[in-house]
Amino acid sequence: MGRKDVDRRKGKVDPSNGAGEGNGPEARNDLKETGGRPEVSAVSVEITKGGQPGQTDASKVQAGPKGRSQGNGSPIPAAQGASYAQVQKMHPLYFNIVKKRYIWFALSLLVIIPGVISLFTQGLNLGIDFQGGTMLDVIFNKPTTQGAITRTMSSVGLSGSVQLSNGSKEVLIRTQALDEQTRNKLMTALQSKVGAYDSGKLQEEKVSPEIGKELTQNALLALGIAMGLMLLYITIRFQFSYAISGIIALVHDVLVTLGVFSLFHWQIDATFVAAILTIFGYSINDTVVIFDRIRENEAKMRRGDSYEDMVDKSVWQTMRRSINTVVTVLIALFSVYILGGASTKVFALAMLIGVFSGAYSSIFNASQILVEIKTRLSDSPKGKPSRARA
Amino acid sequence: MRRRNILKLIVLVLAVAAAVALSIPKLSNPTSGIPLGLDLRGGVHLVLQAQPGANGKPITKDDMDKAKAIIAKRVNELGVSEPVVQADYQKDRIIVDLAGIKDPNKAVEVLKTTAQLTIRDPKGKILMQGDQIKDARANQDPQYGYVVSLTFTPAGGQEFAAITKEYLQQRIGIYLDNRLLTDPKVDSVISNGQAVITGYSTLQDAANDAVLMRSGALPVSMTIAEKQQVGASLGVDSLHRSISAGIYGLAFIFLFMLVFYRLPGVVADFSLIVYALIVLWVLWLFHAVLTLEGIAGFILSIGMAVDFNIIIYERVKEEIRLGKSLRAAVESGFSRAFITVIDAHVTTLITAVTLYVLGTGTIQGFALTLGIGILASLFTAITFTRTILRWVVGINPQTNTRWYGVRREA
Repeated sequence: MGRKDVDRRKGKVDPSNGAGEGNGPEARNDLKETGGRPEVSAVSVEITKGGQPGQTDASKVQAGPKGRSQGNGSPIPAAQGASYAQVQKMHPLYFNIVKKRYIWFALSLLVIIPGVISLFTQGLNLGIDFQGGTMLDVIFNKPTTQGAITRTMSSVGLSGSVQLSNGSKEVLIRTQALDEQTRNKLMTALQSKVGAYDSGKLQEEKVSPEIGKELTQNALLALGIAMGLMLLYITIRFQFSYAISGIIALVHDVLVTLGVFSLFHWQIDATFVAAILTIFGYSINDTVVIFDRIRENEAKMRRGDSYEDMVDKSVWQTMRRSINTVVTVLIALFSVYILGGASTKVFALAMLIGVFSGAYSSIFNASQILVEIKTRLSDSPKGKPSRARA
Repeated sequence: MRRRNILKLIVLVLAVAAAVALSIPKLSNPTSGIPLGLDLRGGVHLVLQAQPGANGKPITKDDMDKAKAIIAKRVNELGVSEPVVQADYQKDRIIVDLAGIKDPNKAVEVLKTTAQLTIRDPKGKILMQGDQIKDARANQDPQYGYVVSLTFTPAGGQEFAAITKEYLQQRIGIYLDNRLLTDPKVDSVISNGQAVITGYSTLQDAANDAVLMRSGALPVSMTIAEKQQVGASLGVDSLHRSISAGIYGLAFIFLFMLVFYRLPGVVADFSLIVYALIVLWVLWLFHAVLTLEGIAGFILSIGMAVDFNIIIYERVKEEIRLGKSLRAAVESGFSRAFITVIDAHVTTLITAVTLYVLGTGTIQGFALTLGIGILASLFTAITFTRTILRWVVGINPQTNTRWYGVRREA
């Protein structure tokens, strides 16, 4: 283990432990791994041992990991990175993620298949943004009933869905795209037959069917373009087999999100499109970090090394990052979902599902698909796949 | 060196604190700060679709210009601080954004009515309809300066001759709806159907009136293709909710980073503040309108911005575990993680750009904040975070690695 990184100039900072050095003694204490309070005498012993204080400290800093790697049998040169055994030992919950890959695939299919069936049979619950229509969110001063609203609507020749919330005071009406005259007739009728409402809290949205159609077309176009660009980018930066694996994981996440929304018949709006596209970008981002590590480790592979093990090691090396990143994004999304305004609820919900699925597919699917591709293509230039697997 | 690093850090912390203190009132100023969208302060968003006439005449660019001029004129009368009126010539649409308007119902009422140009007597009685005006052009006349030349239809010419005869030496008014555009004095009887209105101080003034006079009524009938109306107090509610969502989200992310990464976590949290400031100032610079979706994009981008720090710190931790000194671990951690960070975030950037190009309105707002967020977090990570972490390590390179979240197991 090299000491090349020790900086002597900085090392001789303070034999006397000057200002604000709570860290100093504690650092040394840690080196000794005694776990107790720092002892001044121990410090001085350390210093006298080494020629230079800095060097002593630095060499002792390395003591921990060095000891561990020796425990595993062989000290590893720094350039080689941590060994597979080291990586396994570092994670208390370690299990072979790559070997169990068929379980993960099955788990994914368990969610995706019902979702896809639902997509084909009942489709998505498209909101007015896609189909055109008028949506009115009215808050009445007194609680009302579903019947009162429906009767009022039919009195002006309208029908549609009515949803009550907020102690039956808030009414969400969805109906066909209304022209201004009909809309005003409805508002007057609501006022006279149901009761006064808070005009300061009135929310209204109208989308004509033509604009709805445009949104749908643009959404599909955007999805196609984004997918093409990402395939291109990953192929350039990695290899085509990586790109395919990444895209499969991506399609997985989009299908999970669409499927869940279809299964539960949650209504989607324009922000859902933004969510799906963001999931697109974000899920591949997660995957790329793992792929980046696989790429790095693949270059260091020696003859006889198992591709499966290398991938398993890479996944575990990036595990903390994969989890922590998702946690921070989920924190952000949860706060938007719980506290944010009504119009960002659908967005946040779709993102929550997509990001969760993205984390799952990055850790449990993408690299495993890559292993499948690599082990089946024996003539891969760098892969040197293990033929042990049938 | 140590003392210098401590000093530099203290100066930096103070500078950032000062920047935050100065930025908050500046950016949240209702008039000069980041403009809020109508979903955050109430208002109306309208997309008016021009309908081709019954005779199947196609809609020309001139028609759209006229319609836009008329609508802009009416919008200005509504007294909204920053109205937006845009024409989409390809799709024959006019987009109107009236954020912060007091009475959205009235605004819709005013905008959807077809404009009527009328010529009236001094008492305001209607003498003739504006559709008898065949053309109106702004000119510069050597004798009278800037003028508007009117050409009447044959029938209109006769009508106008009668009017000028009756109201000779009096002022007649030309009204758009109920608003007086100009009230020229009739100098002579005009019987050839060609009139000149004088007295404009600039060509632009004359042109503005000319476009309204020749348009008369809206040249094309308009239907409301899209409408979003938000009550003022609802908008304020949404704004408060979004702000609290942002604060809670940020607080929990701060806490998370602190617990998992200790000292570098503090650096990350500090960098996040700088990151947030950069994003908000860039939005301000672009005059980007902040919408609910935009705020959601911003909060999400905070969650993602931390990712740079996480990738880098995990790498640094690995390097420490491999036995490198703190200083070396930070350096190689940064340079190794850099490629990963770029590769990972180009993909999200691709999404943001695609959304911005193909999206409409609210989605564009989201794409803009997301895109700016990614670039800003990249910038902050490689400049700010790196420098601070160097200084921190420089203060005491022998700091217990536990402060860096590297736990030692037995």
